[in-house]
Amino acid sequence: MTAEVDKPARVSGAKGRGRSDLLDLAIRYGFLALLLGLVVFFSIFAEGFAGPRSAVFIFQSVAFTGILALGVTCTLVVGGFDLSIGSVATSSMMLSAYMMVVLEQSAGVAILACLVMGALIGVFNGILIVKFRVPDLLATLGMMFLLIGLQRIPTEGRSISTGMTLPSGETATGTFSPFFLAMGRHRFDLVLENLVPISVVFLIVIGILVWCFLELTRHGRLMYAVGSNARAAALTGTNVNGYKILAYAISGVLASVGGLLLAARLGRGDIASGTNLLLDAVAAALIGFAVLGAAKPNAFGTAMGALFVGILLQGLTMMNAPYYTQDFIKGAVLVVALVFTFALSARRARGGT
Amino acid sequence: MDRNFCRMTGLTKAFGENLVLRGLDLDLPAGRVTALMGANGAGKSTLVKILSGVYQRDGGRIELGDRDFAPAGPADAIRQGIVTVHQSIDDGVLTDLDVASNLMIDRLAEPGYGFFLRRRSLQAAAREVASRMGIEVDVRRPVSELGVADRQLIAIARAMSHEPALLILDEPTSSLSSTEAGRLFDLVDTLKSRGVAILYISHRMSDIRRIADRIVSMRDGEIAGVFEGEALDYEGAVNAMLGHGLTETDLAPTSPGSPVVEMKEIKLLPDARPFDLELRENEVVAVTGLLGSGKTALARALFGLHRPSGGEIRVDGNSFAPGGPSAAIRAGVFMSAKDRASNAVVPEFDIARNMSLPFLEAFSTFSFVSRHRERASAQELIDALDIVCQSERDGILTLSGGNQQKVMLARWLSQTCRLLVLDEPFQGVDIRSRRDIGEKVRKTAAGRATLVCVAELDEALEIADRIIVMNDHTVTAEFANRNVDVGAILTAVTGPAGTTREHAA
Repeated sequence: MTAEVDKPARVSGAKGRGRSDLLDLAIRYGFLALLLGLVVFFSIFAEGFAGPRSAVFIFQSVAFTGILALGVTCTLVVGGFDLSIGSVATSSMMLSAYMMVVLEQSAGVAILACLVMGALIGVFNGILIVKFRVPDLLATLGMMFLLIGLQRIPTEGRSISTGMTLPSGETATGTFSPFFLAMGRHRFDLVLENLVPISVVFLIVIGILVWCFLELTRHGRLMYAVGSNARAAALTGTNVNGYKILAYAISGVLASVGGLLLAARLGRGDIASGTNLLLDAVAAALIGFAVLGAAKPNAFGTAMGALFVGILLQGLTMMNAPYYTQDFIKGAVLVVALVFTFALSARRARGGT
Repeated sequence: MDRNFCRMTGLTKAFGENLVLRGLDLDLPAGRVTALMGANGAGKSTLVKILSGVYQRDGGRIELGDRDFAPAGPADAIRQGIVTVHQSIDDGVLTDLDVASNLMIDRLAEPGYGFFLRRRSLQAAAREVASRMGIEVDVRRPVSELGVADRQLIAIARAMSHEPALLILDEPTSSLSSTEAGRLFDLVDTLKSRGVAILYISHRMSDIRRIADRIVSMRDGEIAGVFEGEALDYEGAVNAMLGHGLTETDLAPTSPGSPVVEMKEIKLLPDARPFDLELRENEVVAVTGLLGSGKTALARALFGLHRPSGGEIRVDGNSFAPGGPSAAIRAGVFMSAKDRASNAVVPEFDIARNMSLPFLEAFSTFSFVSRHRERASAQELIDALDIVCQSERDGILTLSGGNQQKVMLARWLSQTCRLLVLDEPFQGVDIRSRRDIGEKVRKTAAGRATLVCVAELDEALEIADRIIVMNDHTVTAEFANRNVDVGAILTAVTGPAGTTREHAA
């Protein structure tokens, strides 16, 4: 087919320009404007919403899902999807509790064990996908079931806390070390006393690291290339399988960090907590597509997405919206964000601007 | 007029701006086998899809017998009398069902068959169809137990149960052995004698020699030549399909330097004939041949994507057996892959990012990409290749095909290499970009060896110092591109008569 005619890439009539600029602006800043609007709205109508304490509370609730969402973002970048993050996080929570309470290990050993577990699960996910050709969603779904079951076996389905009765009949005498608990509970002073919880610092640091990795380094760039056209990436010498495995390993490690922070906050290995982590994290990462018109997974967007959901829920709670409406609202926000991303951005791409 | 007569006049079809059929006129007489030849992208498959009701034509007329043929969809095309057997056999059969169900499935799918299967009558009807076609298999056997040839015959028999006026066979022998193909040809002969018009699409000259009553060559969405009569002009048909003679270009002669790549006794496939090939510095070598002749296998072997079954490759005297593209790139062998959209373009990246992809390391300090250096390099290449764009930050998909291809070339020109392999660099490229690309490749050829794989002879004549012809995964002829005898190249391309290796002056 040799019949194409060269033409300037962007042709748009003077008339259409104004509208397309407006659309462009809406796609780029629409979501951030919405976020700001939300803050203003709640500040006026929700008593006690505007204030550093409330802000910190939002950040703290966002921290767990945000960290997990950053991991999902990495797998989305390579064109994959990690459904196992929620169960990796709860497994990590149970493992850290088990290490300290039952095996009476130090906090350092427990943390190390959890991070290694997260990395191994990620690598294993990656190998399932890359070597055994299991589709991403199915591989990580299988892993999710496997972990949900596995984390219950050592304690026969019981939560782990100091003084619990072990399956053998003995009583667990280990304790969470103060250092470990501080990860979840200590707050730094910033202007006000005890303002900034450590988990928020974790979120910010991890967010910046992931952003730098994805946006500034060549590895991040190659991961985007793999996600966009894996064959083309392979034909330029990119180690496609390696980057896919790396993405899942990052996701596994970040999920286990999230689980560690959760364990430190709760001070026990709670079998029932963390059920919402997966859906919230995925929602945050997908909402992130719409931020700044990126139309692709990105770290900044993911952080904003997590924040958006956090602000919305906190605000509604303070306006006395019943708790059972939360999931509905999260779902609605996600659907709107996806329409933003796929319908509007796709139209923009086709329009050639 | 005979019922089994198909006439197309002024057929047009465009996809977006891309005009694929440009007013095509073609007659397909009853009881004759018309072979259709055409290079990739000539519009063959579009034509087939229009005839089989998959695409709607944009303009023109198709008459079938004395009626207008304007199918609403594939099922309607079959009902109106045009039946197509597609290239990939398993599209034509349902492997999990038995032969009888396969032969009668279209009867079953007709509205009004009723709710329940009538197994006995079904099998009887199937047996009758099979015997009429000369197929000897138990109709109760599942198709999955049959070999390729039987499957192919069943697909055709199934097609014939509709009593078509025109039967289209799209590369039916591509996965058959020669004896199996023989059975297929016998069946085609039978159908022919029953007065069916047959459109036979193939690249295999041996098939065409065996079966064609007439040959139609297609090129750029038009009929480039119709060859009929007692002795068919096979070379003329290939010539018309490859379309030589449109462009005359003067190439500045180059002086080949020392050999860069030496291939000795290379066997691309286990049963292919071994060949030697030498690529020298400063020299542009074009490889040409029909589809499946091994051009791409050669390119892939050089880029570490295909391990030859035998022989040795040396680059600058060192043994060269790369395990993959990254090893090949490290050894200084670059390849720009064919089928730009699926193999080369990263759609979500802008021009600069598409260009820097293979050599990000060179643009990075401690793994951090320097956007500044990347952009500067992209701007240089955009100027050097006359890429039409607003800036290096334009999305790659906003560019025209020709400009996209220039970006893909620029990707590999940003660093120096020992061997540059370009597989079909003119695919989906307008004529001006094609000339720009050719010029740029020649201008930068000093200091490296260049191998260009092209299906169209024109393109080879435009770009190369030396032209290599491949056939059956081996090199069958070699020509210096100076006052070259085009007829001799065509003979070699057509093969297999021209299997002796000759060196023209």
